[in-house]
Amino acid sequence: MARIIVVTSGKGGVGKTTTSASISTGLAKRGHKTVVIDFDVGLRNLDLIMNCERRVVYDFVNVIQGEASLNQALIRDKRVDTLYILPASQTREKEALTKEGVEKVINELSETFDYIVCDSPAGIEHGALMALYYADEAVVVTNPEVSSVRDSDRILGILQSKSRRAEMGQDPVKEHLLLTRYNPDRVEKGEMLSVGDVEEILAIPLLGVIPESQVVLNASNQGLPVILEAESDAGQAYDDAVGRLLGEDREHRFMTAQKKGFFSRMFKGG
Amino acid sequence: MTDTANPGVKQVFQLKSASVSMTALELHYFDNDDFEATLRDKISQAPGFFKDIPIIVSLEKYEGLDSELDFFKIIGACRRHQIHVVGVRGGNDDQRRLARGAALALLPGNSHRDRTHAPDSAAETPEAGGAKAPEAPAANAGEPAPARVINQPVRSGQQIYAPEGDLVILAPVQAGAEVLAAGNIHVYGPLRGRALAGIHGAESARIFCQSLEAELVSIAGHYKISEDLQDNGWKKAVQIQLRDDLLVVTPLDKA
Repeated sequence: MARIIVVTSGKGGVGKTTTSASISTGLAKRGHKTVVIDFDVGLRNLDLIMNCERRVVYDFVNVIQGEASLNQALIRDKRVDTLYILPASQTREKEALTKEGVEKVINELSETFDYIVCDSPAGIEHGALMALYYADEAVVVTNPEVSSVRDSDRILGILQSKSRRAEMGQDPVKEHLLLTRYNPDRVEKGEMLSVGDVEEILAIPLLGVIPESQVVLNASNQGLPVILEAESDAGQAYDDAVGRLLGEDREHRFMTAQKKGFFSRMFKGG
Repeated sequence: MTDTANPGVKQVFQLKSASVSMTALELHYFDNDDFEATLRDKISQAPGFFKDIPIIVSLEKYEGLDSELDFFKIIGACRRHQIHVVGVRGGNDDQRRLARGAALALLPGNSHRDRTHAPDSAAETPEAGGAKAPEAPAANAGEPAPARVINQPVRSGQQIYAPEGDLVILAPVQAGAEVLAAGNIHVYGPLRGRALAGIHGAESARIFCQSLEAELVSIAGHYKISEDLQDNGWKKAVQIQLRDDLLVVTPLDKA
């Protein structure tokens, strides 16, 4: 049985797709057979970040509606061979994602994969509800600002009440907080909420803190999951998060402002 | 309302106004066998609750034919289970004529009802996470209504309702969440959302919380919004009560 992980947030633009790409790549790199599904019907992005947009033939909705088999629609990643992508449809209506259809696809994927990562669309509408419905675990992507925290709180409430686990009265969905776009300098200046603030408000365990970084943007533009930028702090932070997701005990990093030394100030580095 | 015209003479009776909370049986259609089966099923879920209770039949959601509506059968089925049908609410003229024929009282079914009972339906929205509101409020006279206890955070967008007694929350109530109770509300965590105690008018109801950060607090309809709460007890453990129609916030260490 595969573990089903939804990457969700409520709010848009906080880094769900970036996170889905990196977490699925990280899981696959450790040898777990992983598939990442784009639930954002009509606003397909995951394929761009995974750099497979030119290889999309069939999509998730085609499979649900029986127009293609899963094997026809799954795209194998060129960098990590245990990673597959199931792209979203760009042309269909999001209502094409029926509960039964999604279940059928997830059940079929469960037979062969270790991890199924569901990249949720923003909002709390149908697509987002479908993405989280079958989840065993949820990575709640949050930016350190009040509106994002509020929306994450809302999605946590929905996970508790509208997921399959909640409806069936099973153990609740395991919740993880992933704080992205974290800038310790701005936290020190009081322009951003701190890790402690967000943890205190949301009251769920912290999976990781991804520092705000130009590397993330560059990687996205190049179609490279940022976790593969192993030298960068953002890449390492994602790698830590994947480790923790698998139960490893890793110290949190990149949470404090770097004191700029004399040399780095001289050479505008750091 | 007490009649005091003749204080010296003991009267046979006095008329006083009373407001009683009652269970409504919302009828969707009527078929004798289905009705009996459903009734038996409901009673088996909470046998003690239904014994000897009065009930009104609500016709506002009735979709069946008038000709199928047999109040004598309804009364009979209920009576066999020790439930007393006392009246009907709503319904069209024909339906109400049938009800009168069965010696049932006629209660108005107007929009007023929807307003006063709004929290009822709200509590049943699927998003009200955790345990559902008890379907059968305690009926055993003399026993206080059980408190509803919530162990999980009440998240933004969620609404938790205790229609009879107190509401006890052992977790935060987040901004954008709403908690309502007929009695007191206890929040053993920060209260960041809205808390409405004494929603049926109990002016003695109080709100207790470990950290007052609320968007709104209300007791028996008297409310204060966040702006008006900042000066006293903000982010502190407080109790809130109604004194002379004014909401008073008192830090718990000074209570």
